Amino acid sequence: MGKLFYIDNVVRIKNRSIYNNQELLFRSELDIAEIDLFFKEAYQFLQLSYPKFFKMDRMSKLGILATEILFNKEKQDINTALVFSNNYSSIDTDKIHQNSIDQIVSPSVFVYTLPNIVLGEISIKHQLQGENVFFISEGFDAQMIADYTDVLLSTGKAENVVCGWIDLKNAEYDVFLCLITRKGEMRFTHKNLEQLYYFDNE
Amino acid sequence: MSDLRTELKVSIIEQLNLEELSVEDIENDEPLFGDGVGLDSIDALELIVLLEKDYGIKLTDPQQGKDIFVSINKMAEFIEVHRTK
Repeated sequence: MGKLFYIDNVVRIKNRSIYNNQELLFRSELDIAEIDLFFKEAYQFLQLSYPKFFKMDRMSKLGILATEILFNKEKQDINTALVFSNNYSSIDTDKIHQNSIDQIVSPSVFVYTLPNIVLGEISIKHQLQGENVFFISEGFDAQMIADYTDVLLSTGKAENVVCGWIDLKNAEYDVFLCLITRKGEMRFTHKNLEQLYYFDNE
Repeated sequence: MSDLRTELKVSIIEQLNLEELSVEDIENDEPLFGDGVGLDSIDALELIVLLEKDYGIKLTDPQQGKDIFVSINKMAEFIEVHRTK
């Protein structure tokens, strides 16, 4: 029997709401299209003090907000890996960049035209040096994410892993990230991961 | 003179998304990089874009930025001499 790993913490950000372990943590009353204001409200709600947040693209903002909740102000092991996935890659920022191409393009927009930049932003904020990977797939593939995460943990390549889904298109976002550790109550299996993801998506 | 400096501060705060800073927070002679305002290398590129868009100044050598983007005062002095709009 292989080693056992656990889903230690779960964060969900969707439809102006933030859930932590399936309990509502924060809900904005803003119009759903006011995505940037929602991020600002959530930033204030979490009492973050990280001016760089406001320079980031929307995907990175989602990643910073989500991991802030997952890590709960605790210093993470330097060898924490990030295994993320989504469907729309960095299309939100790509479109902003594309729309500016016939004028003078913004360097600070251009640098976010890759989905894995969010991994770098999270790693910088929390001083993580573990492996990171960003998969693009049509939908949330719990089996693939669970397998990849399991290999990282089983082989000792990572002490902990943050894994899941972080998608964004046309001001619609769907974030589901889990902190996978070596202690906890809920077993880390692809079935549990799938159930947690679809709990709110059905 | 001081109007250009205020205008620059407003533009920098807006274009560099310095959400938690106001015009009053930036001193004219305060370093823009490092321990001062705390801008980074991507901000430096945005400042090059700002010079071109707002004042018609095209920097051919990005290294020039090191001498120009020292402070609001230094930027304003450079703009006053080289602006084309």
